[in-house]
Amino acid sequence: MSLLDMTAVELAAAIKDGKTTAVAALNEVLAQIDAKEDTYHCYVTIDKDAALKQAESVQAEIEAGKLTGPLAGVPVAIKDNMCIKGMLTTCSSKILENFIPTYSAEAVINLQKAGAVIIGKTNMDEFAMGSTTETSAFGVTRNPWNPEHVPGGSSGGSAAAVAAGECFYALGSDTGGSIRQPASFCGVVGMKPTYGLVSRYGLIAYGSSLDQIGPMAKDVTDCAAILNAITSHDEKDSTSVSCQDADFMEALNDDVKGMRIGIPNDYFGEGLDGEVKEAILRASKVLEEKGAIVEQFDLSLVDYAIPTYYTIAAAEASSNLERFDGIKYGYRTQDFKGLHNMYKKTRSEGFGEEVKRRIMLGSFVLSSGYYDAYYLKALKVKALIKKAFDEAFEKYDIILGPVAPTTAPKLGSSLADPIKMYLGDIYTIAVNLAGLPGISLPCGKDKAGLPIGLQLIGNCFEEKKLIRAAYTYEKARGEFPMAVKEVC
Amino acid sequence: MAKEYETVIGLEVHVELATKTKIFCGCATEFGGEPNTHTCPVCTGMPGSLPVLNKQVLEYAIAVGLATNCDITRYGKFDRKNYFYPDNPQNYQISQLYLPICRNGGVEIETKEGGKKIVGIHEIHMEEDAGKLIHDEWEDCSLVDYNRSGVPLIEIVSEPDMRSAEEVIAYLEKLRLIIQYLGASDCKLQEGSMRADVNLSVREAGAEAFGTRTEMKNLNSFKAITRAIEGERERQIDLIEEGKEVVQETRRWDDTKGESYAMRSKEDAQDYRYFPDPDLVPIVVSDEMLDEIRAKQPEFRTEKMLRYKEEYGIPDYDIEIITGTKHMADIFEETVAICNQPKKVSNWLMGETMRLIKEKEVDAEDLRFSPENLARLIALVDTNVINGSVAKEVFEVMFDSDIDPEKYVEEHGLKTVNDEGALRKTIEDVIANNPQSVEDYHNGKEKAIGFLVGQTMKAMKGKADPGMVNKILKELL
Repeated sequence: MSLLDMTAVELAAAIKDGKTTAVAALNEVLAQIDAKEDTYHCYVTIDKDAALKQAESVQAEIEAGKLTGPLAGVPVAIKDNMCIKGMLTTCSSKILENFIPTYSAEAVINLQKAGAVIIGKTNMDEFAMGSTTETSAFGVTRNPWNPEHVPGGSSGGSAAAVAAGECFYALGSDTGGSIRQPASFCGVVGMKPTYGLVSRYGLIAYGSSLDQIGPMAKDVTDCAAILNAITSHDEKDSTSVSCQDADFMEALNDDVKGMRIGIPNDYFGEGLDGEVKEAILRASKVLEEKGAIVEQFDLSLVDYAIPTYYTIAAAEASSNLERFDGIKYGYRTQDFKGLHNMYKKTRSEGFGEEVKRRIMLGSFVLSSGYYDAYYLKALKVKALIKKAFDEAFEKYDIILGPVAPTTAPKLGSSLADPIKMYLGDIYTIAVNLAGLPGISLPCGKDKAGLPIGLQLIGNCFEEKKLIRAAYTYEKARGEFPMAVKEVC
Repeated sequence: MAKEYETVIGLEVHVELATKTKIFCGCATEFGGEPNTHTCPVCTGMPGSLPVLNKQVLEYAIAVGLATNCDITRYGKFDRKNYFYPDNPQNYQISQLYLPICRNGGVEIETKEGGKKIVGIHEIHMEEDAGKLIHDEWEDCSLVDYNRSGVPLIEIVSEPDMRSAEEVIAYLEKLRLIIQYLGASDCKLQEGSMRADVNLSVREAGAEAFGTRTEMKNLNSFKAITRAIEGERERQIDLIEEGKEVVQETRRWDDTKGESYAMRSKEDAQDYRYFPDPDLVPIVVSDEMLDEIRAKQPEFRTEKMLRYKEEYGIPDYDIEIITGTKHMADIFEETVAICNQPKKVSNWLMGETMRLIKEKEVDAEDLRFSPENLARLIALVDTNVINGSVAKEVFEVMFDSDIDPEKYVEEHGLKTVNDEGALRKTIEDVIANNPQSVEDYHNGKEKAIGFLVGQTMKAMKGKADPGMVNKILKELL
């Protein structure tokens, strides 16, 4: 068995047992990168030398018995919107093409403490705005299952890197589905934790009230191990929450007897692809056979999620992205006359189309005279959506549905019609608006051989239930091959 | 006959809070330091950094609110004020618009006519200060120093309740005293730890509606504020008399020229696109927190004045001056605690201290001498180690550099000479050398003895005990 066939937890165990080393594992991944990166383009930055040094020092610590965790020595890829001290961090934007942070994100530091070996930074939609990784200023990433298709987004580079064996696991970030949807498109497992569980310190903000860092991995076990490592109460993040019961690996039980699972009728309406629908309903049957009580119900308000999300996220983004002005770091235009001209030219040249569209949308909904009609109203709808979920969770432990209406679309088919692209976020967005945890895991393939993702949603801070349900399904489903094995 | 006009004034007062660290990060607020040395990812607006509220800022803001009779907002928020300028690293300032921490307060001031009136406080909100731009003319470029970025401020917005420069100054002095007593800020206008913007309009006496107002910035002293108010009042009246309109605008006062010029008008006012900052959690003020802050409120001036009268029995006038600044009151109380001589301590503060404050143009808040040293000086006089005039000399040195008076007297040989033999010898010489004065004295000119005492003190370099000199002189004459 090739090292690349191993999950992160299996690899760490093999390293711990002396069957292989962190350096050997890294070399294997780097060889895979050499072979596949030209095709898939998962990364913006790869730092082989730094990774090798880390692998050597981590290996020494493992041998000295200082590092014993379930991820020690495993190579990881980090989405390019998380700061790593001394490593280029671009958010896949021209405006940060030369930005090297002076500090590391808390989640990255937590992974390093767990013995992670960082390979580099993965490609993404510019500032996490997009669903295809096509808005990156540094070229598109291709889906390892079929390079003519997108990997999804915005964490498309991370998802594709896991699927292609260009890393063992990755970190992504999810503002409206940016972990779950690319995980679904690339046939890997992606989890968006409860808002506040993982520190956002060092995550370059898109929509601050919605952003959350999470794991992208080969299976549910890896997800639980990664979540253990990155969960922390961080005093540098006011929205970070102290979670007492944070050993998520405890929840890896093949048991859903008596678990109440609700399927929202609202998630099976117009626009949902027939093959996706079938796969999801099959998956719900699997859980039912394992002893879960599965029911359909009306969640309501689903139609309002998209306009609410695009109002709030764009408003926050318009303000969050103001700091990119050419003054302190990043890109600055060559020729300009005076300060305001410098601002205008720098930002016009530095940001891509989709980012500019959302900045304008966000500036508009915050403008005097429109604030009440748009932004304030969106906040009220957000509260109603949260309430609808609260009511659902009085009846159900888990909500089950699709991740996206379709499998991965072809490259170049999405950006021309942004509204249509936004509609693709319909099943993932409400989870962010309500701050809930959600997981995406493969539940089949369509006729074209592209993966379909199952979404499970839990109540706030009930990651353990979510992991238990996902783990049980995964066991019953049987092995889902990695793209690296099936296609590559 | 010219019409009569009434001036209507409201103030926006910014006060820099005396916290050790900044409002949203752990960087020092300390003034000075090499540019960009008191900075971190948060206060330089690095991507991915997040603000965390310094609890001391909230406590100070609430304490000021309580002391100015405000309602404290129990569920508040911070809002982002969006505008592009390089001194503002995020291009938004974290401030409070929708739910400021304090509202609906007021302080009482004394009017010129000797009456009292309440100046209403519309709100007090918390916000962060910006960095400082330095224009390098030599290199033709601008540099930015973020040491001040994130220093905590409160903005106290008054109602348009003031009618004259005197009332404005009385209001500002009252605010300053309250905040100094709280220890929440040193409130120095010159150094910018207290800044006041003046909103002013005029209307015909008796009119109900307000006139169009202007906002005046860059006022760095009480004198500048007074001059700016008088200047702006006249400018607006002239416009009205000429049949022109007052334009709503922000103006900058140039105190050296004694005039103001328009900075920006309402037409080019920016849309700040305020919205609640999603990086900060709502501010919830619990009953416990409020009780704790209430319990920690210091004794304010009115209570202090009453206590001084009862406890120390010093004259009302002295009490008025001493409690006029928190620092002076502290020196007084601490010195009395050591030497237990309120009257003597008060005399030093009322006499020499006030004289030197005037002469050297020092702010009472900046007095440097310590209560310990003042108590030592009083003891030196009490025990006749030095006489009164030497004590004044020593005090002046203390005033400048807080020296230990015991050491200073020792090192400079200033002790009073109590050796009667030596003194008698000097006086005999003075008598021998001044026969005319001796004769005058014997002819009944009492004044002549003063001259002889002076000559003796001069010969003794001031170190003689004047009582003893008098006694020996009379004896020898």
